[in-house]
Amino acid sequence: MKTILLMGDPNVGKSVLFSRLTGVDVIASNYPGTTVDYSKGRITQRGETLEIVDAPGTYSLEPTNKAEEVAVSLLDKADVIVNVIDATSLERCLLLTVELLEKRKPVIVALNMWDEAQHLGIMINVRELESLLQVPLVPTVAITGEGVKELVQRLDEARISERPKLEGEEQTWTEVGHIVRKVQTVAHRHHTVMDRLADATVKPGTGLLAAAVILSALLSLVRVVGEGLIRYGVEPLFDFYRVPVTALSEWLGPGFLHDVLVGTLVGGQVDYVQSMGILTTGLFVPFGMVLPYIIAFYLALGLLEDTGYLPRLATVMDNVFHRLGMHGHGIIPVLLGLGCNVPGVLSARTMETRKQRFIASTLVSVTVPCMAQTAMIFGVLGHYGARFILLVYGTLAAVFVLLGLLLNRTTRGECPELFLDIPPYRRPSLLAITKKTWMRVRWFLSEAVPFLFRVCADLSGSFRDAPSERGQEGGNDLEL
Amino acid sequence: MNEKSVTQLRQGELATVVVLHGGCGFQRRLRSVGIKEGKTVRIVARHPFAGPLVVEVDGKQITIGRGMAQRITVVQEQ
Repeated sequence: MKTILLMGDPNVGKSVLFSRLTGVDVIASNYPGTTVDYSKGRITQRGETLEIVDAPGTYSLEPTNKAEEVAVSLLDKADVIVNVIDATSLERCLLLTVELLEKRKPVIVALNMWDEAQHLGIMINVRELESLLQVPLVPTVAITGEGVKELVQRLDEARISERPKLEGEEQTWTEVGHIVRKVQTVAHRHHTVMDRLADATVKPGTGLLAAAVILSALLSLVRVVGEGLIRYGVEPLFDFYRVPVTALSEWLGPGFLHDVLVGTLVGGQVDYVQSMGILTTGLFVPFGMVLPYIIAFYLALGLLEDTGYLPRLATVMDNVFHRLGMHGHGIIPVLLGLGCNVPGVLSARTMETRKQRFIASTLVSVTVPCMAQTAMIFGVLGHYGARFILLVYGTLAAVFVLLGLLLNRTTRGECPELFLDIPPYRRPSLLAITKKTWMRVRWFLSEAVPFLFRVCADLSGSFRDAPSERGQEGGNDLEL
Repeated sequence: MNEKSVTQLRQGELATVVVLHGGCGFQRRLRSVGIKEGKTVRIVARHPFAGPLVVEVDGKQITIGRGMAQRITVVQEQ
């Protein structure tokens, strides 16, 4: 089976194109470094099955971080390379293109974001560029699917470029410059009010203000959506569910099976939070308390990712994160970690040094509560008032800062500076965000929920000997 | 011609890149995002306490740490 590798600079739309080609859903966002590992998918073309590989983005074949290393290491196994380039930044993308052409492997180029380039007044002579590179080139708009069909049809036209090999880097840059001057014309464009607003979000003063406003708006969004889902979706469902589960409880009568499935009755009734049965608490905690907030959080995160705000937040937060042994990019593992720690820790791969990756992963796993934990913290402490919730988060934040300061002093290694591409703001697609949220929620359902069932089963077993004691504790909770 | 480091420019000012002081890796990294000799850069933001700079080249913005930015020499446009 032939392997087709998608390669290109970060944030040119490789993952979107990959999903379009294979129908395999992968997380795509509007910031560089979303993909930190490769994904595989298959397509059938003219009776032949092809394997498509989506690589992390890299600016050149000399990697500067772990994610880029992954991309470069994939190159050897590839039979055909689809070099995805961003039409709005042709010049910088062509460096990798020229390097790839010299690998003497069949290449086809996808000139992506073609619509955005035209919108910005960037004109590229496609035929001329094709003949200069000596490989086929297809303009695409991966987001809408434009040109993707042509790309697939022309996959077998991919060929080894016969361009003469360039001597050294200087020559490569000169050549790239030549090509760009020949094929591209850019219409002059004045700064608009929107540009000024966009700039304000990376400036020191206004940027911090914007960060505070945007983050608190998103926090409110999470609360409103989460509470809404509980009030209008989950609570009515579980009220309805009380009838069969009570019937089951009566039918089973006291005994081991009752303890495991229904759990302990509180005041003669099923208590979804305290009963600890698989069919009561085991269902209510993941679906009734956690899931609504997970959905709400990932909707908000999707908005944050797809608009292109994250790299700007990283810029504004750089000063703080530097003192904790990372750089501004450290905000991304933290934010992803608030949803689930696993993707949070994985995203630390885009940081350049071992020290930074170590500190980021340690801080995320020790001090950043994932959404399931957050839902539990709110669920357990909610009755006592906001004071206690703030106390928990304040403690976690304090540990985050102190541990960061400490690790920065004690961990050996370098802490390089922030070097980050800022993508343009884009209007997020509701469909894409919904899809992405569903993918992440599905992951939670398949990975975390079975685990919670298990915990309930274990707990109901171990608490079986002391039901009266627990009943009393429950009573106390209600009084407070 | 008045050469200075890009970090000495104020927010909103324009300048042309003349030299990138540093090793191969450093030069390659900057050039691969468009910061090359002869390019015009605009300072979008300049963060205090030796924080990063945001520069715009060819309509694209890049955040660069202060230490790296210090090694970019520019001449200011009139």
